[in-house]
Amino acid sequence: MISEYLYIIFFDSLKILALIVPVLIAVALIVWVDRRVWGLVQLRKGPNVVGPFGLLQTAADALKYIFKEIIIPAGSNKIIFILAPVVTMSLALLAWAVIPFGDNLYVTNINVGILYIFAVSSLGVYGIIMAGWASNSKYPFLGALRSAAQMVSYEVSIGLIIVTVLLCVGSLNLVDIVLAQKNIWFAIPLFPMFVIFFISALAETNRPPFDLPEAEAELVSGYQTEYSGMMYALFWLGEYANILLMCALGSILFLGGWLPLLDIAPLNLIPSPLWLIFKILLLFIVFALIKAIVPRYRYDQLMRLGWKVFLPVSLFWVVLTASFLFYFNLLPNQS
Amino acid sequence: MSKQKKTMNLNFGPQHPAAHGVLRLILELDGEMVERADPHIGLLHRGTEKLIEHKTYTQAIPYFDRLDYVAPMNQEHAFALAVEKLLSIEVPLRAQYIRVIFCEIGRILSHILNITTQALDVGALTPALWGFEEREKLMVFYERVSGSRLHANYFRPGGVHIDLPAGLPEDIYKFCEDFPKVIDDLETLLTDNRIFKQRNVDIGIISKQEALDHGFSGVMLRGSGVPWDLRKSNPYECYEEFNFKIPVGKNGDCYDRYLCRIEEMRESILIMIQALKKIPKGPVMTLDTKIGPPKRKDMKTSMEALINHFKLYTEGYHVTKGEVYSAVEAPKGEFGVYLVADGSNKPYRCKIKAPGFTHLQAMNYMIKGHMLADVPAILGSMDIVFGEVDR
Repeated sequence: MISEYLYIIFFDSLKILALIVPVLIAVALIVWVDRRVWGLVQLRKGPNVVGPFGLLQTAADALKYIFKEIIIPAGSNKIIFILAPVVTMSLALLAWAVIPFGDNLYVTNINVGILYIFAVSSLGVYGIIMAGWASNSKYPFLGALRSAAQMVSYEVSIGLIIVTVLLCVGSLNLVDIVLAQKNIWFAIPLFPMFVIFFISALAETNRPPFDLPEAEAELVSGYQTEYSGMMYALFWLGEYANILLMCALGSILFLGGWLPLLDIAPLNLIPSPLWLIFKILLLFIVFALIKAIVPRYRYDQLMRLGWKVFLPVSLFWVVLTASFLFYFNLLPNQS
Repeated sequence: MSKQKKTMNLNFGPQHPAAHGVLRLILELDGEMVERADPHIGLLHRGTEKLIEHKTYTQAIPYFDRLDYVAPMNQEHAFALAVEKLLSIEVPLRAQYIRVIFCEIGRILSHILNITTQALDVGALTPALWGFEEREKLMVFYERVSGSRLHANYFRPGGVHIDLPAGLPEDIYKFCEDFPKVIDDLETLLTDNRIFKQRNVDIGIISKQEALDHGFSGVMLRGSGVPWDLRKSNPYECYEEFNFKIPVGKNGDCYDRYLCRIEEMRESILIMIQALKKIPKGPVMTLDTKIGPPKRKDMKTSMEALINHFKLYTEGYHVTKGEVYSAVEAPKGEFGVYLVADGSNKPYRCKIKAPGFTHLQAMNYMIKGHMLADVPAILGSMDIVFGEVDR
């Protein structure tokens, strides 16, 4: 009996490791891609010294952070201060559990997968608020306030976008969502939703032009100001893991997940995880390009965009999609 | 019972990434709204004016490079003009043209830095790197003519230090032909960018009258619609000989000031092209060997030339007793030098009027009621360099 449990625990741990290790390596590589794209836009080379093409730059940076002294401000709430980056990082990794890389390639396949991701990513804001509050310093405090408002606002529109997709699928299961796109990727019929999802994802992950919580010009570096060493690196890795997650979610909801571009001979021979990785990378490069090009929104403008533009538009699309599906009797059959 | 509003004091700088140089701003915040801004200065004070009193006129020039270190030669120009006025000497035409070319290079140097950092302050990181690529080329021109990229010490009372090296006019001309393309590229990133506009239009508005009342000059004044440019209003050097326009803004907001600077760079290019086409041959330093150094060749044969050389580089020259104010249109506004000479080889007093100082005074007026995120935007559009504010 016990040995059976142990066996399950052992087997599950292996599965989790098989997911988390590649995700962490992917995060390291994605940071490199980000800096490289950024560098190319800015007429410079970007990291190209450590390892082949500078690929090991992130590893070197992480190593540096490990050896740096961790400074905990005297006036801070120590427990929460230390907990905050841990929360951010672990939440960023937690959501990966339900991301399917193929028909049967996932750590777990729960039938409310999308709600699970939504719940976990909503919790992400706690890491930031805890950091801002526990630092007991003004810049992190302002950064945390902004980020709380920002993440809550944009989650509303992301929620409605997801509802649109769910209406077309009739299931909350991520595998079902992908399989429903066998004929056509949702990015085509739901194109405006895809755009809004992408922009909301930028806001959700605090990327430019929505990087207000850490706006350098105003808030030094927002909620991260007081952090140093490995704790700072955890924020940084968590942030990129989140970005990667949002790219993965975008590919699964709108770009057909692991499905090949066309179901024909040379394309469908490529293993399915590669397709997903390719799509994630594509979305991420757009993320990186946007970072290089745009200025930053102001706090009130960001709120206005979220509540007065995205919310009505996505609400309208939910109603439109629902009426369309109902009128033409296209609603997916679910008992 | 009245409810008391509690505000938060935020110390913005001098170690803040967006505080230009060593500005320290004490902001009184109500949430994200700025109730009061209190700029503190003096963190870069070096006592330039006092130091100049203890140096000969030649030795004083390098101090001017270190005021607005973004456009060094424009400051030297003001001092050189003041000394020339006191000495009442003529500057050879070629030297005047060289001065105009390098003043316009200075203007472009300063405007590139300002526009790109203004973009940086609202979060756009790429223009800064694109702009610095061009600044680098201009710095090389500085280096080729004076041996130094930044602190040129090139304009001297009576002319310029040495003639342009061979090939430099052609290279500057080449730059003038290529540069408008770079301005276009910068504009594609910023001018019509919705976010950039949202962050700058109607931010930091200052009306015509207020700008005049605060003693503004340069782009800060022209952005509010006052066509005041010393190059046109009170021509000095040989600026009358050039054909150029004064860009003027309409609303006096950050965006108008940005547009003014972009246009001024284009005008500067036109002035440089005209100057390069028309530049005459001839000496670049006044032939009065009491003020300009004698020729090397003469010093080998003429005793008098040798004595002049020795006296010039040890004692310096004596400037006739008197007071003079001379001002130039530096990139940031009216840069003036008020010089009191007592007939000796050192200035009795040298008061420097820096445009950034008056602009900084209006900080509270311009920032009040805006949001915290607008503080760097306004600060960026003010074009403050602490070298000249603190002196």
